[in-house]
Amino acid sequence: MKPGLYDYYRCDTVDEVLELLDQHGDDARILAGGQSLMAALNMRLAQPKVVVDISRIAPLAYARIINDALVIGASATQASVEWRPTLGDEVPLLKRAFPYISHFQIRNRGTVCGSIAHADPSAELPVVLLALGGRVGLRSRQGRRELSADDFAQGMLMTARRPDELVEDVSYPVHRAGTGYAFAEMAQRHGDFAIAALAACVDADGIRLAVGGVSDRPRLLSIERLSGSALDDALNDFAWSLEAQDDQHASAQYRRHLVRRLGRRVIEEASA
Amino acid sequence: MKALEQRSRTTISIQLNGRPRSGGCDNRTSLADFLRHELGATGTHVGCEHGVCGACTVRVDGVAVRACMMLAAQAEGSRIDTVEGLARVEAGAPPAVIGSAAPSAKAPTLGDLQQAFKRHHALQCGFCTAGILMSCSDFLERRPDPSETEVREMLSGHLCRCTGYTNIVMAVLDVASSRRANAPAEHEGNHA
Repeated sequence: MKPGLYDYYRCDTVDEVLELLDQHGDDARILAGGQSLMAALNMRLAQPKVVVDISRIAPLAYARIINDALVIGASATQASVEWRPTLGDEVPLLKRAFPYISHFQIRNRGTVCGSIAHADPSAELPVVLLALGGRVGLRSRQGRRELSADDFAQGMLMTARRPDELVEDVSYPVHRAGTGYAFAEMAQRHGDFAIAALAACVDADGIRLAVGGVSDRPRLLSIERLSGSALDDALNDFAWSLEAQDDQHASAQYRRHLVRRLGRRVIEEASA
Repeated sequence: MKALEQRSRTTISIQLNGRPRSGGCDNRTSLADFLRHELGATGTHVGCEHGVCGACTVRVDGVAVRACMMLAAQAEGSRIDTVEGLARVEAGAPPAVIGSAAPSAKAPTLGDLQQAFKRHHALQCGFCTAGILMSCSDFLERRPDPSETEVREMLSGHLCRCTGYTNIVMAVLDVASSRRANAPAEHEGNHA
């Protein structure tokens, strides 16, 4: 239960990080908050040759409003965003989701970008990013590019990040007047990985429902405003389209059930 | 940039409970192992080593985090507070020495959190307690008037197999309310 051998670099600038990623590619792992990577290192599920620590790069530890989005830098902790006094007005859905994310002690050190980059299918932050139509900023020595949340997530622990790229920031669109939000999750205990996590955004034009924990990555249902049996039908079709799997936590049938029932609940709550 | 090649040793300096301390470590030594093995601060316990049990929780620059989920090398220059510092910090008394002469009524050796845990029987074997105390100490500074639900949410990051948590919740709420009861005088002073 101790990590394997690696070279460790504690970087002071983004340029140093990009240089190391350019040099080592897939052999390098970024260490930000470490709340997923350190566990994987301790259990030797991850055995990188190089660990690139970005946790002390102060210029990356920001969260600020830029062009109608809350932009969060790569070394900003989840707690630094969660305890932001204005978060409830800026990104209400994020405010609602935070208490479900692991535990107080983990959010104190875990980063927002780290959770997005790790791409655990049960993680809440990627679900919220998808529901809101957020973006992921990537930087390499070749330059910067931005991807939508949907294009970034590719599968279980797999993303569109190239080995030489750093997830530099993520952007959560701010609240738009006339939009309602709701979040719900089922887990075995508070803070456990989600069996199903659901986030809904509802406005006059339609419904966006993002689901985590069921498929190999967060998945989105985008439909017009429906209610009654038409909504039930849409949720049922969506639940079957997710190709849920049985595992030790829950059956595929139970996960489909949660998508139908919790999906309806968050949509109704966001519509109220 | 600080570079540490594999198998290399380095010296790490921290402020441990307000005192400067240094020790050697590998680049893969966790903060928990560094505190226990290099600095001899064995009040911090190690349980699961993957961030689930919470036994190793310490405060890093004031913030409660898992010492098993952080490298010692990441803590260079940081202020680290462990259970050993609670008595002195929170009661304004000299550091507690377990097994020393019986504490007098005038100079309590345990901090208010520790006293409340004792009073409410919020521990039995005590393995998880050091970590829980450090979480509570950070949490109550940020959330001086928590609801029971918020306390339980904070405690969800700790596993305790003895108490069933109820007595821990009571102890934390008790400390919160007695700290608030003692606080108004200061507020009046501030506004005077």
